[in-house]
Amino acid sequence: MSEEKKIVPGPAGYMPTPAVFMGVELPPEGKALLYGEIVDEETAMREAAKAMLTRKNPTIFPGPQVLWDWRDDVADKAQAILELASEIPNCRIIPMPDYRPKYPKIDPEAEINPNHPNLTILHNRIEACIFVGVHCHYANLSLRMIRAGTNCYTIALCAELGHEEAMASLRDVHADDIRRFKDVLVQVRNELGIQWTPKAPPTNPSLPKEEWEALNPADYGDYLHMIIPRKGTENVTETE
Amino acid sequence: MGLRYVQPAPGFKQYLPKDYVDLIDFGPFGKEVDASQLGQFKEILEEHPMCAGCWMAYFVRVFYASLPNPEDTIVLGTAGCARLALSQAAVPFIYGNYGDTNAVASGLTRALNLRFPDKQKDVVAIAGDGGLMDIGFSMTMHSWFRREKFTTIMVDNEVYGNTGGQESGMSPKGVQLKMAPKGKKFDKLPATELAKLAGCVYVVKIAPTNIKRLSKVIKRAILAARHFGPTFIHAYTSCNIEYSIPTEEVLKDAREREKKDFGFEEYMTDEVRAFFEEIEKKKKEVRA
Repeated sequence: MSEEKKIVPGPAGYMPTPAVFMGVELPPEGKALLYGEIVDEETAMREAAKAMLTRKNPTIFPGPQVLWDWRDDVADKAQAILELASEIPNCRIIPMPDYRPKYPKIDPEAEINPNHPNLTILHNRIEACIFVGVHCHYANLSLRMIRAGTNCYTIALCAELGHEEAMASLRDVHADDIRRFKDVLVQVRNELGIQWTPKAPPTNPSLPKEEWEALNPADYGDYLHMIIPRKGTENVTETE
Repeated sequence: MGLRYVQPAPGFKQYLPKDYVDLIDFGPFGKEVDASQLGQFKEILEEHPMCAGCWMAYFVRVFYASLPNPEDTIVLGTAGCARLALSQAAVPFIYGNYGDTNAVASGLTRALNLRFPDKQKDVVAIAGDGGLMDIGFSMTMHSWFRREKFTTIMVDNEVYGNTGGQESGMSPKGVQLKMAPKGKKFDKLPATELAKLAGCVYVVKIAPTNIKRLSKVIKRAILAARHFGPTFIHAYTSCNIEYSIPTEEVLKDAREREKKDFGFEEYMTDEVRAFFEEIEKKKKEVRA
C-alpha cells in the first residue's frame, strides 16, 4: 500500500472531491479497498476491526436489504450481523429501514436516513460505523456525506462491488463473510487485550418501555388533582 | 413490494424505530382496511410538511388509507405540492421529471407485468394540474390512448402553488393570481371529457367532501385499472394559501365548489360496470 492514504476520516469539507476523481477504483474479486487502495481482504478486515474496537461509539447501520425479510437468505445474514454486533464492545445498531425523506426531522437516536446521515452520526458522536444491506446508490450518497461532514471511520460490507467512498470496503459480502469478519475482529480484539463478553446491543431507544404494573403520578396528566388534592383548595376544615 | 418487505428479518424487530414496529403490528399491510377506519390502524402516511389546511394533504391521507393492496402498490409523482406528502409514505414512491409521470408509469406497469406475471401490482400516478394537464399533457394523453393499465389521479389545486402562484390550464377563467395579475383568459381544461375521449374506462370528478365516497372511487379506479384499462380521478384539492381560503373554511369551500362546478360525476364503461356489480353481488352474498 502506498504511503499516502486517499480516503480518510473527515471532515473533508463541503462537497469533497469524489473518491473516483481521486483515482480510486473498485476492487477486483477477492480483494478489498482500504483508504482508497486495493488490498487483500484480510488486511482490510483487520484495519476495519481495529477501527471498530478502538474508536468511540462503534455503530452498525443495517439497511433495508438486511432489515426486512424479503428473501430467503436474509435471515442468515441478519443473524451474522447480530453475532458481529455482539462481539464489538459497546456496539449499537441504528437502522436505516428505508430511504424516504422525513420531515420535520428524524429521531437521530432511533434511525439514520441516507439523505442526512450526518445528523445521526454527529448526535451520537459515532466515530466508527459499518454500512451493511444498504442499496449501493444510497450507500454512496451517505458515505460521501459522512466523509464530508464528520470524523467517522466508515466501513462498507457490500454484497456487490464495494464502495470507494468508505475508508474500508469489502465486496461480495454475505453471511459467511460477515462471520469471517467477526472471527478476525475477535482475533484483533484479543491481540489488543480488550476484555469483552459477547452481548446483544441495546434495543431501539424509541420503543416504549411499558411498565403496566407501576403507575407514576405523571401518568394521570390533567386528572392528577383527583388523586392528589391541590394544596390549599381542598380539605377545607374551617369556615368563616 | 409484497408482504415480505414489511416483515422484519429475524432478530431485527427490536432494533427498528417505533414507527416501523407500529406499521408491522398495526399497519394496513395484508389486511382489508378502509378510510372510514382511520384512527383504528397505523396509517401509511402520518407526518408531512404540507401547509396547514391543505386539502391536498387530506386527499393524500385518504388515498393511502384506501389502497386495496398497499404492499403491492407503487405511487408515482412529479414536482408539485403532492409529492411532499406522497414521498414520505411507507409505500414505494417514484419521483419523475416534471410531466413524465404517466410515461414512467406506463413503463413501470409493463415491467411489473413481465417481472411478476403471477402477481397483481398496482401503479398509481398522482400529480397536480400542472404535471398532468399542462406540462405533462402529451404524456398523460398518450398513456390513455395506449390503454395503459394504471390509475391517474389529478389533485387539482387550480394553480402552480409550489412556485408562487402562476395560473395553470386548470385555473378557472378570470381568476387573478399572484403571478397572473391580469386574470386568466380561458376556461378550465375539460379534463374528464378528455379522459373519456382518450379511452379511460373509469373516470371520476370529485370534490373530496365525503370520505366514504372518495375512498370508494379510489378503490374502484385501482381495481378497474387492473383488468380493463386506464382510469382517471379528477379531484378538487384547493390551495388555501394561493386562493386565500381561511384554514377553517377549507371544507366549506370544497362543499361550495361541489355545488357550483365540481359536482360528483362517475363514468364507467359497460364492462367495468358489470365488473363492479359482480363484486357488489359477491360482497352481499358474503354478508348474507
